[in-house]
Amino acid sequence: MTTISKVRYSRRSMLKAGGAAVAAAALPAPMVWGQETKNITLRQFGTGVSNLNEVALKVKEDLGFNLEMTALDSDSVTQRAATQPDSFDIADIEYWICKKVWPTGNLQAMDTSKIANYDKIVGIFRNGKLLPDSVIAQGTAPHTVGFTSGINGKDFVDEESGFMTLIPTIYNADTLGIRPDLIGRPISNWSELLNPEFKGKASILDISSIGIMDMAMVVESMGEYKYPDKGNMTKEEIDLTLGIFTEAKKNGQFRAFWKSFDESVNLMASGEVVIQSMWSPAITAVRSQGIPCVYQPLEEGYRSWGGGIGLSASLSGMELDAAYEYINWYLSGWVGGFLMRQGYYSAVPETSKNFMSADEWGFWFEGKPAEGDITNPFGQVMEKAGAVRDGGSFYDRMGAVACWNAVMDENQYMVRKWNEFIAA
Amino acid sequence: MKGRAVSRNRHLVGWVLASPLSLVLMTFLMAPIVMIVVVSFWGATEWSIYPAFQFDNYEFLLTSDVTYRVFLNTFKYAAITWACTLLIGFTVAYYLAFHIRSLTWQIALFLLCTIPFLTSNIIRMISWIPFLGRNGIANSTLISMGVIDEPLEWLLFSDFSVILAFVHLYTLFMVVPIFNTMMRIDKSLIEAAADGGASGWQTLWHVIVPLTKPGIMIGTIFVVALVMGDFITVRFMSGSQSANVGRMIQNDIGLLQYPSASATAVILLITVLMLIGMMLRFVDIRKEL
Repeated sequence: MTTISKVRYSRRSMLKAGGAAVAAAALPAPMVWGQETKNITLRQFGTGVSNLNEVALKVKEDLGFNLEMTALDSDSVTQRAATQPDSFDIADIEYWICKKVWPTGNLQAMDTSKIANYDKIVGIFRNGKLLPDSVIAQGTAPHTVGFTSGINGKDFVDEESGFMTLIPTIYNADTLGIRPDLIGRPISNWSELLNPEFKGKASILDISSIGIMDMAMVVESMGEYKYPDKGNMTKEEIDLTLGIFTEAKKNGQFRAFWKSFDESVNLMASGEVVIQSMWSPAITAVRSQGIPCVYQPLEEGYRSWGGGIGLSASLSGMELDAAYEYINWYLSGWVGGFLMRQGYYSAVPETSKNFMSADEWGFWFEGKPAEGDITNPFGQVMEKAGAVRDGGSFYDRMGAVACWNAVMDENQYMVRKWNEFIAA
Repeated sequence: MKGRAVSRNRHLVGWVLASPLSLVLMTFLMAPIVMIVVVSFWGATEWSIYPAFQFDNYEFLLTSDVTYRVFLNTFKYAAITWACTLLIGFTVAYYLAFHIRSLTWQIALFLLCTIPFLTSNIIRMISWIPFLGRNGIANSTLISMGVIDEPLEWLLFSDFSVILAFVHLYTLFMVVPIFNTMMRIDKSLIEAAADGGASGWQTLWHVIVPLTKPGIMIGTIFVVALVMGDFITVRFMSGSQSANVGRMIQNDIGLLQYPSASATAVILLITVLMLIGMMLRFVDIRKEL
């Protein structure tokens, strides 16, 4: 994601939102300490995906306090969470980042008894199972780093201990994007990325931690190797994976590699590339130009990612209460609806349903054909009537996750090998 | 006695006059370079750097064959770009200096050369991408003219496109200094060569080229330094598929490996300084300035 500079309120929006807060205070306020909350400011930072200014404005309107947001790229987010605990109150991070950051003790555990909708959070984030009979995917599955032993815990525990490290907020299932008009036949396996048929027309993302997972999906699909855990490879497995891709690169399989969202959109829209790793909003961006593009569900399943919010260890007193208030509000539906209407999923889908139209819910969650035009929260038409979401319903998509974004024990070795792959 | 006091005074005035520039250079040039050298000996974990004095960064850098391949690639880009910009730059400057008779036209045409520089160099570079693409203007024109049947794949995301962008971006840095030195050549020397019976080529080779050497050298320093330090052109025009030293540094910075990035930067700095030192042995540019 691109780095966006610090988002702050303008004086005008403060006044406007302040007016709304006064109006809200005149009506029965949800909390007893109504007046004082106006002076509270919570500083949140995270990756660009869910650090949206609309959320800050709505917080001011609904809860009365200020939310100051900073969006950074995931490397900077990790560094800041690990080294500058006093520079933030709320960290909006991905679960694999949590695996790195939690042991530093810079985040504090959250008491699930204070989370109103805890029981409604989807199983993926609690016991790892979407449905009782689901198989848990490889990689850093969110529930494995989602709980700790107590309020001062620095460890991870397997069971629902009542103390969460992150409160899940946003997640999705990623796969390959294709140009069906230029390929002209069904695509159903990850191995197609290295199919010589698409020589010079394939691409993969040049972000090592995610790219290596996509590569592993391809290698396994080709039948070259079966990883015990794609999310935690040994040095030999890293060498093998990158070896296969280096050979493909030398044979001219790839047209280009992309690093930013807009690069992937341009490669696909211009027809330079017909099959590549892609993120969900990029598919939408290609389609909105009137160019056919499919987020192709594949037999081997999806590579999934999830994010959540964590509380700084230094948060206490009224600010801590406000942070819990914020978390409860986050899971109460408005944000979930806002995110789901962009193609992401909410941790508590049933509350989000109240903030979506029946048609939107049917399209995004249930995988039903759209009855009317589907617009995103900013009013742009994303899909015409009759369209069906690629991959189908929530349970079809999240039920077919093969691995989660992960951080490996051999991460530094992997990064060096990745650089060699790019230079090869 | 009196004379010595005055001369000491003059020294003082000299130092005072030079100090603003030295201060600026110390603060904004020397201090950062010293910092980079210091950090290049530090250590790094995945998300932090810690002070140390270790040679790990250099050891990894100098023992990896990737480093040599990347440096070689960087030299390749620099050499080819240099040759192309020199050829084009010299020709343009020669035309402006010796074929255009009126000073007004010389200035007008010279300004024309600088017009592309009024836009950002990123924009000038990126605009090649739709032009050279598989379904781009170049390919569709060639196909409709019947020159080729299939689109040419090597036009974009290749060494060709990288060097094309470099030449496009940096030729002016050759034109300006060469044009400048050519304008100072005494025209009577050329007349003398003609009177002595030299042919056009002989005049060019034995009179004009030797006299424009300082300009060529200044242009060379510009082009080589710019190409050696570039990372964004290589990234965009090769579609991230080729690496040069700048991209290696950029990757390290993205992964928070500042010490290793610093070590690479130090090696690059030494390499470029050595290159420029060698060039300056061939031509004394100070004579010309």
